[in-house]
Amino acid sequence: MAYIQIYIAILILSLLVIPFLKVKWKGILTLSAVIISAILSGYIALPALLGEKLEFILSGTLITGEISIRIDALSGWFILLINFTLVTGALYGLHYMKAYREQTSNISLHCLAYLLMQTSLIAICLIQNSLIFLFAWEIMTLSCFVLIIFEYQKQATLKAGITFLIQSHVGVLFLTLAFIWVYYRTGSYDFEAIRQFSTTFPSVVSLGLFFTFFIGFAIKAGFVPFHTWLPYAHPASPSHISGVMSGVIIKIGIFGILRMLQLIQTDYLVLGYFILVFSVISGIYGVMLAIIQHNLKKLLAYHSIENIGIIGIGIGLGTLGIGQENSSLVFLGFGGALLHVLNHSLFKSLLFYGAGNVYQATHTMNIEHLGGLVKRMPHTTILFLIASLAICGLPPFNGFVSEFLIYSGLFQGMKNIAMLNIMTLLFSVFGLVLIGGLALLCFTKAFGTIFLGNPRQDYNEVPSESKSGKLVPMYMAAAGIVSIGLFPKFFLSLLLEPIKLYGDKMNFISNNQTSIQISDTLQYIGFCAMGFIVLGALIFFIRKLVTNKKPKPILATWGCGYVGETKNMQYTASSFIRSYRKLAEPLLSIKKHKIEIDGVFPTLGKHETHPHDKIEIWLFEKPWKRMRYFFGKFQFLQNGNAQFYVLYGAVFITLIIGFPILQDVIKKIIYFLNQI
Amino acid sequence: MLSLVLIIVASLFFMGIVIRTKSITSGRKGPGIFQPMKDVIRLWKKGAVFSRTTSFIFQIAPSIYFASIIMAILVIPFGQYRGIVSFDGDFVFFAYVLALGKFFSIIGALDTGSSFEGMGASREALYSMLAEPAFFILMGSFALYTGHTSFHEIFTSLHFGSYISYGLGVLATFVLIMIAMIENSRMPVDDPKTHLELTMVHEVMILDNSGFDLGLILYGTNLKFAMYGALIANFFTGTFSILISILIFLLVQILFAIMVGFLESFSARFRMGNNAQFIFTLTSISILIFFGVLLIMGKFV
Repeated sequence: MAYIQIYIAILILSLLVIPFLKVKWKGILTLSAVIISAILSGYIALPALLGEKLEFILSGTLITGEISIRIDALSGWFILLINFTLVTGALYGLHYMKAYREQTSNISLHCLAYLLMQTSLIAICLIQNSLIFLFAWEIMTLSCFVLIIFEYQKQATLKAGITFLIQSHVGVLFLTLAFIWVYYRTGSYDFEAIRQFSTTFPSVVSLGLFFTFFIGFAIKAGFVPFHTWLPYAHPASPSHISGVMSGVIIKIGIFGILRMLQLIQTDYLVLGYFILVFSVISGIYGVMLAIIQHNLKKLLAYHSIENIGIIGIGIGLGTLGIGQENSSLVFLGFGGALLHVLNHSLFKSLLFYGAGNVYQATHTMNIEHLGGLVKRMPHTTILFLIASLAICGLPPFNGFVSEFLIYSGLFQGMKNIAMLNIMTLLFSVFGLVLIGGLALLCFTKAFGTIFLGNPRQDYNEVPSESKSGKLVPMYMAAAGIVSIGLFPKFFLSLLLEPIKLYGDKMNFISNNQTSIQISDTLQYIGFCAMGFIVLGALIFFIRKLVTNKKPKPILATWGCGYVGETKNMQYTASSFIRSYRKLAEPLLSIKKHKIEIDGVFPTLGKHETHPHDKIEIWLFEKPWKRMRYFFGKFQFLQNGNAQFYVLYGAVFITLIIGFPILQDVIKKIIYFLNQI
Repeated sequence: MLSLVLIIVASLFFMGIVIRTKSITSGRKGPGIFQPMKDVIRLWKKGAVFSRTTSFIFQIAPSIYFASIIMAILVIPFGQYRGIVSFDGDFVFFAYVLALGKFFSIIGALDTGSSFEGMGASREALYSMLAEPAFFILMGSFALYTGHTSFHEIFTSLHFGSYISYGLGVLATFVLIMIAMIENSRMPVDDPKTHLELTMVHEVMILDNSGFDLGLILYGTNLKFAMYGALIANFFTGTFSILISILIFLLVQILFAIMVGFLESFSARFRMGNNAQFIFTLTSISILIFFGVLLIMGKFV
């Protein structure tokens, strides 16, 4: 209890003090407040993660009823990973924001919003009272909105922020609906009421309830087709905010889905199949669009959708496991999903921080304009490379571990040879493999064109490596990535308790055999990862020994004998993915502008591609256009004449007063007619 | 351990047999079967030329590529004998380690800033991505069939019973051979002997590699071939004694090499633009195998 009071006191104190400090101290105070609250909440979350459930009830008010606060292993896991990313984000942001030092009041607002976001995120993990939950959810959305529109002078940023705000509130609408539904039926705002609701009503009804929640949370998480805010919000916000948003904010949607899965008792088989198919589609669609993006941050944003898909595959698998009473599926599915939540928060935030470094060094996010940064920014290059390898799910990094768990689960699940089950799982394996392969294509493209080769355009100023202040949080995230890759067993053992929450749903006690077997396998994988690193180092060492004394002339790149300037002849990102684009064109929407080079005296040729999101076009842009067309018909009403507006008012009042009278008259006439 | 030694032995002469076969079918005598290996050793002794544009990525890429192949080989079992690395789901590790090698060979090519090498890199990235589902569904079918998820357990409990299972074995061999051809960038997807950069896939990626690094990459190709040969051989070395198994292994490798030689002698490379479709078609053959397994398990009757 005392913790909460201390926590809130620190928050309020820093909120009050920050606006009055000098710019330099604003950042430092924010950072220290973030770290202190991370430590305080982590102190409660860690025992919870290890199985010590904490529960207390605040008296609340007349409207809210009792506010129950429950910290179980699931909350613990999310609180810890949220805090880690928020701390690295604050550290990175402290140095990233130096470029905007003059905008003092804007920075104060930014700092306040950051602190509020942290508190609301942690609150969402703890609070189990619908009204207060929605309250915290709203604070998170609003603070996030403020963080996104930091560069509000740019129109695109403002537009992205508003898109985010509107879509988030559509999500809130669904959540509110679902909570009201439960309240209407049970008369309680407590989350336990949701469990009660689902046990008392037939499973079809609770399935409906789950889907209402699911849509609400899926908008935050960015499942296709609810993803359309993501690719706008990420490029618009400052890099540390993109990192935090992709690492943590969208995960809170996943948290919501997981929480509801834990509470709602329903037909898990249907749910499992639904989530699996839905997630595979999200994953494939996300990465397919990621490949064709030219804006680095937009590319990363689409990759978040892909990774949400991978997490969703894990969740779907686990849910299927509950439905089939198969404890190893539950273990592998939820274990893989939860671990991937952590993994993604690490490598995605690292990638966004890397993108931030690139942006501040070159002032562009267009991949086609970049190149050759490896020589100017070696640290950023290595960190970005590690994150790229991790996000492709390649060993010896962390992405492989979680994807391996999910793969094992999918293959395990195939042992149940019911036709529907096996076809869904086959589809999921196919999807996961395709996602992995496409991610590889995407990140070889991104990494290769940004960092390798020669610059494709002359930079205005020579790009230089970022200051160590920005590199330290990046190295922290990278350390996380490598340590999960090398010691996966330890991290899986942390997940035992959260997984148990779902294992307990089945009527039999989840057997320990699978968990032991899997953790042994993971340890083995850890050894293999280490072995691989040693092997690579050994071969490199032998290479060094053998070639040490040999002549090593440095010459131009082979260009069929041509040794002049080849900067403009390099492969670009678009040409790198051309064959893919040709292949996937029917599924995507790419606008091309082309000026062919022809004639005797050729002039400048040009080739531009603008990728569009087909789902966005069909789901938002077209209906929106129709709606505008329809309402446009009524434009004549708004003619700007004050007299007309007075007339409308008069007509309105007359109608309001006249309608009951008219109704009366009609009734009388009908009565009269009946009498005849 | 045994599989590692045998694969290395097979890798010494594999490419030699391929080249010899090609020579004989085209009416020449051809070099001895150890000539490709001698070429590699000669390269290992040479110095190297590096491009001005390249960075440390270019330096480490071939080593990591080679390490990934060695790591993948460690997973391969031999008959009843486990590979050095063996655990449930090790074929996932196998595929992903190879993908790591591919990642590095691609960014190694992009590091040169060449006007050609990106082309090869782009094609290789796309082709290997498209070949991956075929491999996973193939292994998934066998996992389903045997109830195990590691190479060793799959191969030891794989037994051919009905006619369908023989059919599946043939199809699986076909898929594995095709995957091997794609992974090694050989005919019918890529022609290693082409002389035009625009029509190359793998060769154009390694244009700038020379000396020790080039030797590593070339030997890596030999190892990869032998590795896939070993995978195919494992279908047939079920429960035989060790000597017969080794004999079968070598026989399969030699037959595989001769087949590659014949394939390269008598077929033409596909149109580059249609390669993607062709590779993706392999997935459908894998799915056919998957349905075959379901058929055996009595799901369709």
